[in-house]
Amino acid sequence: MGEGLRLRDLIRTLLAALCLCAASTSSAQEPPPAPDVPLADARQEARAQALFDDIRCVVCQHEAIADSPAGIAADMRQLVREQIAAGRSDAEIRADLVRRYGDFVLFSPPVRPGTWLLWFGPFAVVAAVGTGLLALARRRRPEAAPLTADEEARLAEILADRRDPDAMASDD
Amino acid sequence: MIVETGAFALVLAFVLAALQAGIAVAGRLRRSPVLAGAASGAALASAAAVVVAFAALVWAFAVSDFSVANVAANSHTDKPMLYKVAAAWGSHEGSLLLWCLVLTGFGAALASARNLPFGLRTSAVAVQGLLGALFLAFAVFTSNPFARLDPAPFQGASLNPLLQDPALALHPPMLYAGYVGFSVCFSLAVAALVEGRANAAFWPAWGRWVRPWALASWIFLTLGIALGAFWAYYELGWGGWWFWDPVENASFLPWLAGAALLHSAIVTERRGALAGWSTFLALLAFTFSMLGAFLVRSGVLTSVHAFAVDPERGLMLLAILGVTAGAAFALFAWRAPQLKGGGLFAPISREGGLVLNNLFLTAAAATVLLGTLYPLILEAATGATISVGPPYFALTFVPLMAVALVVLPAGPFLAWKRGDLKGVGQRLAVAFGLALLLAVAGWFAFEPRKVLSALGLGLGAWLILGALAETAERVRLLRAPVSETLRRARGLPLAAWGMTLAHAGLGVFVLGAVVETGFRVEAARPLAVGESLQAGKWTVTLNDVRIAEGPNYLAEQGRLSVAVPGGAAREVTAERRFFPAGGQTTTEVGLDFRGLDDVYVVLGERGQTLAGQPGWSVRVWWNPWARLIFLGPAIMAIGGLLSLLDRRLRLGVGARRPGAA
Repeated sequence: MGEGLRLRDLIRTLLAALCLCAASTSSAQEPPPAPDVPLADARQEARAQALFDDIRCVVCQHEAIADSPAGIAADMRQLVREQIAAGRSDAEIRADLVRRYGDFVLFSPPVRPGTWLLWFGPFAVVAAVGTGLLALARRRRPEAAPLTADEEARLAEILADRRDPDAMASDD
Repeated sequence: MIVETGAFALVLAFVLAALQAGIAVAGRLRRSPVLAGAASGAALASAAAVVVAFAALVWAFAVSDFSVANVAANSHTDKPMLYKVAAAWGSHEGSLLLWCLVLTGFGAALASARNLPFGLRTSAVAVQGLLGALFLAFAVFTSNPFARLDPAPFQGASLNPLLQDPALALHPPMLYAGYVGFSVCFSLAVAALVEGRANAAFWPAWGRWVRPWALASWIFLTLGIALGAFWAYYELGWGGWWFWDPVENASFLPWLAGAALLHSAIVTERRGALAGWSTFLALLAFTFSMLGAFLVRSGVLTSVHAFAVDPERGLMLLAILGVTAGAAFALFAWRAPQLKGGGLFAPISREGGLVLNNLFLTAAAATVLLGTLYPLILEAATGATISVGPPYFALTFVPLMAVALVVLPAGPFLAWKRGDLKGVGQRLAVAFGLALLLAVAGWFAFEPRKVLSALGLGLGAWLILGALAETAERVRLLRAPVSETLRRARGLPLAAWGMTLAHAGLGVFVLGAVVETGFRVEAARPLAVGESLQAGKWTVTLNDVRIAEGPNYLAEQGRLSVAVPGGAAREVTAERRFFPAGGQTTTEVGLDFRGLDDVYVVLGERGQTLAGQPGWSVRVWWNPWARLIFLGPAIMAIGGLLSLLDRRLRLGVGARRPGAA
């Protein structure tokens, strides 16, 4: 729905406007955000980009630092690039961010007892309901009871009728 | 005067809706066609009154009557007429009025439905009247869109410029038509539970009655969500189209429930089975709609409330949600065990396939619901704050849906009651082989090579080819003479074409989403005039930047050329617009449509290039196959429309009237 996007965009535009103000008045304001300088090594840069998608801009509305124009997002992007260049692993960088900002900073929440329901709930629903449905189907099958002698006789009668050429052109 | 007429009409609509509910209940209890007719009349009158109120609000916006608080807060004399009108539903009050307009409009349509039996229709009219009365009361007592300002300001505060966009002018009406259209399904479900029919003959008819409403709502919702995604894509300037934002999720929930309902209602219609389940989904779809409205309006999902958000009103919405959904589900829990099960079926059968569809669609809905609400619940329960974003949904929602989509093409081939899996396999072998080939071709064609993306390509192709194979089978393409094939094609019901198109459209969407997500290339750098930037095979050059003046904004207009080796360069315009009325800035993305691909150019802030020259930051995305992402839902909606136009649904042919008095 538009409204929520709107909310997020409002924040975004406000931030952009703030940056604009900062740029134009330029005195006594915080320094402009760090420019995005890609890492020289393409593989390292790809790792950085992947991380950007998973890290939340901590002052924004549901925005990854990959998308956010906010100054702090630019700073966080630079931080991630610096750490990658310094040879830290993705896991180390994530852990470091979580130490600073809490679990909130990652878009994929940690797997711990408090989030088991979140992570495994969807699959548990499918497994539980699926098993239930299969069990139900098994239990129901015997309901199609074998035919009684009378019914068998009637079936034979009907089948005999079907030899009739008119009855042959049947279902399609 | 016109504004006062609108305010009066709104109050009148509330009174009429309350009367509609009361008279319908009395009419049902006394089995009085006269009273039932009066209730239907009240439903029509209530809808007419809301139309008057809505027209008055639109008029106030069109003439910029700033003595109306709502207009002063959301409009401006400089705005183009389209956005003055669209601002009528841009605020909390206005969008609630739009909600009421759709609610009473659908209520009027329900009241004039000819093919419904007396008892069911009267009960449904009563429920719809109750819903109308609740929401209209909410509008009248807490969110009056006609409140006056004294003294009136000379100028308005204008609408958020991000909303001043053609796609977004249309998006809310579409979305609301979808959201609120499910209210009729809700009313029909409650009515069916109240009528408490234990006879098996009732449910097939109920399935047929509820399906057109579900279908219409689902079509509107599909278009509304696609428009919203398209708007986010080219207006936000982030290169993406779906962010798993809580509010996007809120609109996705009723869509998933509605899609499940569409399929389960088929089983109920054809075989009388899954009656309880279809009823449950009908209740769930509108409950999700109301939940979405609550989540968006109350602002519980966002920590910064700056926009059309009011916790007190949110609480009111929560109360309406709690009362209506609570009562309906309580009724369901009480009556559902008494519902008679319909025909039996083997696990491998058309019914079984549709059950599987429902299992996965509801699990997907549960995933989206969990992902959206879990941070709230966890914080309330333990104080821990977490974020749930795209990576979570990529690991849960996507694999669940992928499994569902893999089995989808087999469904339409299965016979009712007991299907023959081996026969289905034989008939789909060609489609499967081709899809597999495409997956392999895709693995080689796209750089860098990604196994999952190649499989996704195969999946999209499998959906399209599987859907086409089903139609080919039905018209005996290449197996019978051409004349016979044509005869059969003409004889196919519209609903069959609709299903083929809807399933193929889903495949088209999957292709677009997989390729765009897997292979998009992004590049960003500050550029001085004359400098270029490389994004994949595309070279984007900043030609010049000048100041342009719009009707109500000033823009920095960048002209950039997009070139590919061996091809012609094309010029795109990317803007940064500043709206003085609200002091806001927006981006206008420059889009170069290249076949199925987009080259997507965003002009950023003025700054310095790396060499220290003055320049502009430019961001470029190459979004391969992005066109398909929006084409797919359009095809799905057309498929739904064909299905809706099917004679069987429209005329209710063969509708039994067990309850006719």
